[in-house]
Amino acid sequence: MQQAATTTADLPKIRTHRERAWNTFIRNRTALVGLVMVIVIVLIAIFADDWIVATIQGREPVPLLAPYDPNIQDTRNRLQPPSAEHWMGTDTYGRDVFSRIIYGSRVSLMVGIFAVLMGGLIGTALGLMAGYSRSSIENTIMRIVDVFMAFPSLIMGLMVLAVLGSGLDKMIIAIGIMLAPGFVRLVHGATLGIRENDYVLAARALGVSQSRILRLHILPNLSGEVVVMGSIWIAVAIRVEASLSFIGLGVSPPTPAWGTMIRDGVQYLTTAPWLSIFPGIAILLTVLAFNLLGDGLRDVLDSKSYD
Amino acid sequence: MTRYLITRLLLAIPTLLAVFTIVFLVIRIVPGDPAVAALGDYASQDAVEALRERMGLNDPLPVQYADYLGNLLRGDLGTSMINGKSISEQIAYVLPYTLQLTASAVLFGTLLGVPLGVLTALKRNSAADYLGRVFSLAGLSIPAFYLAILLIFTFSVRLGWLPAIGGGDLYGDPIGSLRYLVLPTLTLGLIMMASVTRLTRSTMLNVLREDYVRTAKAKGLSKWVVIFGHALRSAWLPIVALLGLWTASLIGDSVLTEFVFSRPGLGKLLIGAILQRDYSALQSIMVIYAAFVVVVNLLTDLTYGFLDPRIKHN
Repeated sequence: MQQAATTTADLPKIRTHRERAWNTFIRNRTALVGLVMVIVIVLIAIFADDWIVATIQGREPVPLLAPYDPNIQDTRNRLQPPSAEHWMGTDTYGRDVFSRIIYGSRVSLMVGIFAVLMGGLIGTALGLMAGYSRSSIENTIMRIVDVFMAFPSLIMGLMVLAVLGSGLDKMIIAIGIMLAPGFVRLVHGATLGIRENDYVLAARALGVSQSRILRLHILPNLSGEVVVMGSIWIAVAIRVEASLSFIGLGVSPPTPAWGTMIRDGVQYLTTAPWLSIFPGIAILLTVLAFNLLGDGLRDVLDSKSYD
Repeated sequence: MTRYLITRLLLAIPTLLAVFTIVFLVIRIVPGDPAVAALGDYASQDAVEALRERMGLNDPLPVQYADYLGNLLRGDLGTSMINGKSISEQIAYVLPYTLQLTASAVLFGTLLGVPLGVLTALKRNSAADYLGRVFSLAGLSIPAFYLAILLIFTFSVRLGWLPAIGGGDLYGDPIGSLRYLVLPTLTLGLIMMASVTRLTRSTMLNVLREDYVRTAKAKGLSKWVVIFGHALRSAWLPIVALLGLWTASLIGDSVLTEFVFSRPGLGKLLIGAILQRDYSALQSIMVIYAAFVVVVNLLTDLTYGFLDPRIKHN
């Protein structure tokens, strides 16, 4: 019995691909920090108030993690500096800045995640088409992408938003359109490499249909790169959303958004700097979290290709 | 080399044309009537109709497109829908401010970013390397407008060293206007420096592992000859290739920077046009931005051709 136990322990442990990837990821400290930060921010956004329970009970949600309702005005307590009662002070309407920052994470995350999903879906579809068809379709798609890439991304977002008008949905569309060309380029390049592999050739020789090859042989092999860039582009999207909100094209008030908070606060920079400094730290940490996560995921992906 | 030059120049023409077309089309998708948008909902029917006529909005789309391209070729960017001023004149006035800022920020980012990248690559895993990496990640994550606000808060509000807003008088007092250039340059330059440092570091790390670098060391060449003569010489290529990309994204960030510092420039003009719903100005400013980027990419390609012996001698 004892003998058997030692022999199994002596054998080298056989790890699956996924286990090895997970181990690389865990050992990469920056990636782990990024992952933890992202999880915390997502939890903050979800549990800012008790909307889950409130929806079931059919009542208005009340603040859960946030100490105050973000839109309750208290004009007697306008522009109060940070204190035990209001950790990050109050704004011009006497609203609690800390609570508004907590609620503001919702706009940032929603825009970041949905814009990247939109850009990723459009970009992956077009990139696959361009990379696999290798015909005039490829040429047309890639030339159009080149032209779109001629605009600095922020200016592209500005132009689309100027045309569509402001609002959460329009912000997502504008940033989604801004990100799509980058995804097309990424997926196109990756597809070109993968389609030359023998297993794709074999599948084609066996008469496997084109959509099945794309779905089962090509898509799974490029999903890693798309996820890595997706994480980094969530960071870009959140930064752009904040910038566009700062200009005054963000979601309409009183919904709290970090960029808008800084915009409203910056005119009080000399007397009430907390109004613009604290929301900026929230943006910086959130963008940093997704950048760290993306970097870590890339390391994991790179180490996989070394195996 | 000459052939490479000519091909690149010729390739820029269809790109520019396509860019102009996209700007034209995007502006035409504006839901509703741009004339109503510009004049407001309470404008009289006559005023709206007069503006539509003056802007050529009543013409069929192909006629509008032909007019638009014709005007662009003649360098005529039209007049503002809001104040009737010539857009070309407004752009000509602010363009030097934007060029001054862009050039100084690119210089700042490159001249400091490359040495820092080389240094952190040579001292891999040291405290300096660690600090450099933290700095790069922070620079990649901070929005330009927030960095601008932090710099204004520190150097203008608290220390009172530098002016917080305005661009100075570039035409009357060019030397005096440099004071106004410092904080905007720091804003964009630090962000660019972060990307440059990061890429230089990773390229150098790859190059330092190459056989020819090891051979150079083994031959007994001095450390500096190996770094500058061998390693950096080939590390330059990817850095230059991406410089164009970063300059383009810096041009995007310059919009926000000009806005925060209330600095005259293309960006401030652009945001003004968007907020006032001045679609004719918006169209012309977008054209200038896109042309700016196409030129930057062209210059990058040319530098690349000059640096890469494979292209230079082909």
